[in-house]
Amino acid sequence: MKAAVIVFPGSNCDRDCKTAIERTTGAEVAMVWHGDSTLPDGLDLIVLPGGFSYGDYLRCGAMAAQSPVMRAIKAEAGRGTGVLGVCNGFQILCEAGLLPGALLRNAGLKYVCTAVALDVVNSQTRFTAAYRDRRDITMTVGNGEGNYFADETTLDRLEGEGQVVFRYRDNPNGSARDIAGIVNARGNVLGMMPHPDRAFEEELGSSDGALLFQSVLASA
Amino acid sequence: MRATVHVFLKPGVLDVQGKAIEGALHGLGFAGASGVRVGKTITFDLAGDDPARAETEVKSMCERLLANTVIESYRVEVG
Repeated sequence: MKAAVIVFPGSNCDRDCKTAIERTTGAEVAMVWHGDSTLPDGLDLIVLPGGFSYGDYLRCGAMAAQSPVMRAIKAEAGRGTGVLGVCNGFQILCEAGLLPGALLRNAGLKYVCTAVALDVVNSQTRFTAAYRDRRDITMTVGNGEGNYFADETTLDRLEGEGQVVFRYRDNPNGSARDIAGIVNARGNVLGMMPHPDRAFEEELGSSDGALLFQSVLASA
Repeated sequence: MRATVHVFLKPGVLDVQGKAIEGALHGLGFAGASGVRVGKTITFDLAGDDPARAETEVKSMCERLLANTVIESYRVEVG
């Protein structure tokens, strides 16, 4: 398996993602600067990590979505390559139009940093197949703008098409329909606010994120 | 020419900052304040002297970057 982690100015989970992928899958992980316009060949997974790209200027993820590397990522996504956006990465994927909806400021106005219980709603994706029958998992969130929003028609479509992948069991930020993570219609682009990269070994409080990376490995 | 763009969350999209500010205004005794919304203003110089063309260009900027039309609406002033 071959993966790339994109580094934007202000990313702060890029090395966490690299370590998580290496330790859980043994994959070769390239770090790619956002200003690059090309990606390594033969990638199975492209990760947009958490952080505060461009200081969250204008809107979270808005500036990063215009980075040169995003054009290459859109082309790869179009070819069916797996793309995972975590936290700020999810915001970037929405701003880039690779996923529907947007992330608003948390309903409670506070930055939320806590462990969250999640429901694996769809384990038929390339990112979740290894969860099999396991529905109840734990990861952590750390965000000020993780409140997923989309219009009712879009939300109905996401639910109807099985594109809601993770739901919060106890919604920490006001997200519409308790949504914590969604995939695109094709199923190869996943955006999620909880961090699998902070939950891949028991020492971190949970190893449930490891199965996500191992799902991608199994599909590679 | 000077372009000014006003961006606000769409009606119906919860503006938590607006709500918090409204609560604070009430706390200060401004009981009549309601419907507080927080937006932003982006202003910049623009080359050219055709206002109609400038407006079209600024609207394109709004659609592509300055506003996220999933959640925000915008208003453009050129002059």
